Amino acid sequence: MIDQHPMKRSRTKSPSLDEARLRQQAIGVRLRQMFDEVVNEPVPDEFLQILRRHDEDRPGEG
Amino acid sequence: MGSAGRPEEDPIRDEAFRRELVALIPHLRAFARTLSGDPTAADDLAQDAMMKAWDARASFEMGTNMKAWTFMILRNQFYSEKRRSWRQTQLDQEAAERTLVAVDNPEAPVALDELRLGLAMLPIEQREALILVGAGGFAYEEAAEICGCAVGTVKSRVSRARRALQGILESGSYDRDGSSAGEAMNAILASAERLSQVR
Repeated sequence: MIDQHPMKRSRTKSPSLDEARLRQQAIGVRLRQMFDEVVNEPVPDEFLQILRRHDEDRPGEG
Repeated sequence: MGSAGRPEEDPIRDEAFRRELVALIPHLRAFARTLSGDPTAADDLAQDAMMKAWDARASFEMGTNMKAWTFMILRNQFYSEKRRSWRQTQLDQEAAERTLVAVDNPEAPVALDELRLGLAMLPIEQREALILVGAGGFAYEEAAEICGCAVGTVKSRVSRARRALQGILESGSYDRDGSSAGEAMNAILASAERLSQVR
């Protein structure tokens, strides 16, 4: 069985707040990492091809 | 459609626009990927947004924030597609449940996979606010413009998202005790819900 110490909890209120803040920071770092990972991937050729093709489809428009 | 008001063709402006748009493609892909969670669907979304931006280039004021402008196009596109396919949302949810149970690495502090799943479980409005501010590098004011809502709304969405995500990640590492995926998921969602309402 796991011992429960409810009194311990009230005593450690501010350290747990710090802990929460640290965890938040860790999540923030990971989130940016996740985003930047994709930013740093090479762009698939498809993107530029589509843009080019789309342009050629309507050369004399206007 | 809509091109009647276009002034005259301006190849130099178009070229400048194109260069800036091409430089933004990696960011559009990242936004789409983190928003939708599915790499293939995300690239389709990013391509659609890129073409929409190109077609609407005459309405863009050069020198203003093109990143925010293209992100707004992308998120509007995302929402209109979501609205069309609630079924897909359901499938995403089921996939998330399956993967959640498969994840088994309680040691990792914040594993990327868990973060991805956690993000997928957030309400879309909270997810996009958190991505824009927490990863995309936008100020609250810019994020508010992109989402078409008040600055205060963005702020509260971001803070609710942070709290909920933390709750999801924490319960995710405790709730793998053999109960069914659905039960585990419900526990996680309930705790996310609770945490997102605590002030």
